Amino acid sequence: MDMDDFKVAPKTARKAYELEYDSLSQAAIEKLMEQDVEHIRGIFGVDASTASLLLRHLAWNKERLIEQYMDHATKMLVAAGVSIPEPEPARPSRRPARKPAAKSPKSETFVCPICFDDAPDLAPLALDCTHAACSGCWAAYITSKIRDEAEHACRCMAEGCALVAPDAFVRAAVDPETYVRFQGLLVRHFVACTPALKFCPYPACTNTVACPAAASKASLASVVPIVSCGARGIAAPSPSSAGMSQSQELARQATGKEHKFCFGCIIDSDHRPVVCGVALLWLKKCRDDSETANWIKSNTKECGKCMSTIEKNGGCNHMTCKKCKHEFCWVCMGPWSEHGTAWYSCNRYDEKGGVDARDSQSKSRASLERYLHYYNRWANHEQSAKLALDLFAKTEKKMEEMQVTSALTWIEVQFMKKAVEEVDKCRMTLKWTYAMAYYLAKGNQKDLFEDNQRDLERAVEDLSELLESPIEPENIPTLRQKVTDKTVYVQKRNTIVLEDTADGFLEGRWKWNVPVDGFDQPENE
Amino acid sequence: MASIASRRLAKELSEIKSEGCPVGINLVKADDFATWWFTIEVMGESLYEAEVHTLQFRFDAQYPISSPAVQFVVTEGRESPVHPHVYSNGHICASILGNEWSPVLSVIAVCVTLQSMLASCKKKERPPDNDRYVRNAPENPKKTQFEYHDDTV
Repeated sequence: MDMDDFKVAPKTARKAYELEYDSLSQAAIEKLMEQDVEHIRGIFGVDASTASLLLRHLAWNKERLIEQYMDHATKMLVAAGVSIPEPEPARPSRRPARKPAAKSPKSETFVCPICFDDAPDLAPLALDCTHAACSGCWAAYITSKIRDEAEHACRCMAEGCALVAPDAFVRAAVDPETYVRFQGLLVRHFVACTPALKFCPYPACTNTVACPAAASKASLASVVPIVSCGARGIAAPSPSSAGMSQSQELARQATGKEHKFCFGCIIDSDHRPVVCGVALLWLKKCRDDSETANWIKSNTKECGKCMSTIEKNGGCNHMTCKKCKHEFCWVCMGPWSEHGTAWYSCNRYDEKGGVDARDSQSKSRASLERYLHYYNRWANHEQSAKLALDLFAKTEKKMEEMQVTSALTWIEVQFMKKAVEEVDKCRMTLKWTYAMAYYLAKGNQKDLFEDNQRDLERAVEDLSELLESPIEPENIPTLRQKVTDKTVYVQKRNTIVLEDTADGFLEGRWKWNVPVDGFDQPENE
Repeated sequence: MASIASRRLAKELSEIKSEGCPVGINLVKADDFATWWFTIEVMGESLYEAEVHTLQFRFDAQYPISSPAVQFVVTEGRESPVHPHVYSNGHICASILGNEWSPVLSVIAVCVTLQSMLASCKKKERPPDNDRYVRNAPENPKKTQFEYHDDTV
């Protein structure tokens, strides 16, 4: 028999807008750390505890550690808090008023220099530096370092002593729960030190994502590293997940929101197709401008011909200026005669019309209008996605009822769910295409981009409309056929937009109208 | 935890009472284990000759694991010394009260350190950001994230 039969099916071919990444559990990260420690241990011939303290000291940079350790081993050991400095002459009594540390601890009863307890059964504990204190004080000190300061390097309590408590010492000193926290801190430190790793930002999630392709800042100009750690939903706050039964836990994992985030920036959602630099630029712009913009947007517009300020207080988008009788579209402000058949040319901000506006209006107003064009559509898609989810909740209920009252099976009424998910996904793409289009430099590339955007938008709006059509048991088969077809089409359009944009970044095809990190300076307008 | 703090403070207090304070430092009041006051003056030749300032210590239940909140008293006719690390509201920017605090240090050790900080001062002036800091300063100096920029003074 051919051995190939047992092979796991290869991953489906990766699309240009998808990156190779891996999700790692805390245990897997600990394994990676162990490998590094083992590596250093082998080279330096030190024990594992020393190797890990050295690595932590140099932020897990093995090359730098090896280089520096080869040059000054003793100095490195002291700096990492592994060993005490040689008792060289440069250590006279540093502070005259300092009390002599617990008079000769061994000879008589031990008095803890921290709490001054002298109970006979008190156990003195000390690191290699022999600065002894009782176990209670050590526990309180290390616990406060770990829990209050989130510090994994607990130095000796004695003033000026830089010795770091090794893991075994920490483990013996604190309660198991605090030690778990300590291990978590070590993992976080390791992840923070490794550019190819990023911690999942979702609350209480302990997974890490490895994405070497997006490890460097330069790579963010050509890829949009949207990753997912594999988990779903929000975990119960405590690891013991008290009060949550196993079935509830499973339900959470099955239905909760996927932990999707951007590996390259702080946006904790999918901002494809646009790269991090531009997405952040846009978000900043929205924060700065949207309030003023909202006011103007919701109140007035100018007639394209006579510049009268017009407030739209009802009715459709076909406007007729009261003063000059100019007929125009409220959305794009273009003449109404151009509409009718080619309604969707309305997704373009007509730059030519904008030139006319600039002649009579101040330039800032024109640029604000340009911004509003993109902002409105951006916000609209976000809003529509939310409405679609609301609608789906209602629809789902209705479908469940129909399952009971008609002969339909569960599987036959699932097509809506798929469609709504697709609409939601595509609206997110569309949303960010408007951020991208706002910053794209004028030219053929932008036109092509907007063509793809328009096709996707039209398809999504069609599907959205279908989803709103009334559902009756007798029209379900036709509706399902239509919705399913449309969903497939929408999916295809979405892939085209994402793929073409991603290819564009790899080919360096996109040019911006503002300076963006990692890209060429824009050419003069 | 509270018992460690009070036992430790009781011990420190009894040592102060039996052995006395170092020269230039005097206990004003230590009626409880929450707030202690000391007067502090710089002995010998210095910019602060004939000045007496009052230091206030506040302890929480985590003392000595966590540092005491130390500041100069600026009420009841008392003033904070004019020093580049002392703000006019009495707050002190000294690493020993923040990230370099160690549980083996004691109240008297802090007093002595601050005394020598005053003694070694070359120029009487307020910190450059005094006005801005005092305007927004939290009541408890421990809530301030000091940057210990200058170790030479």
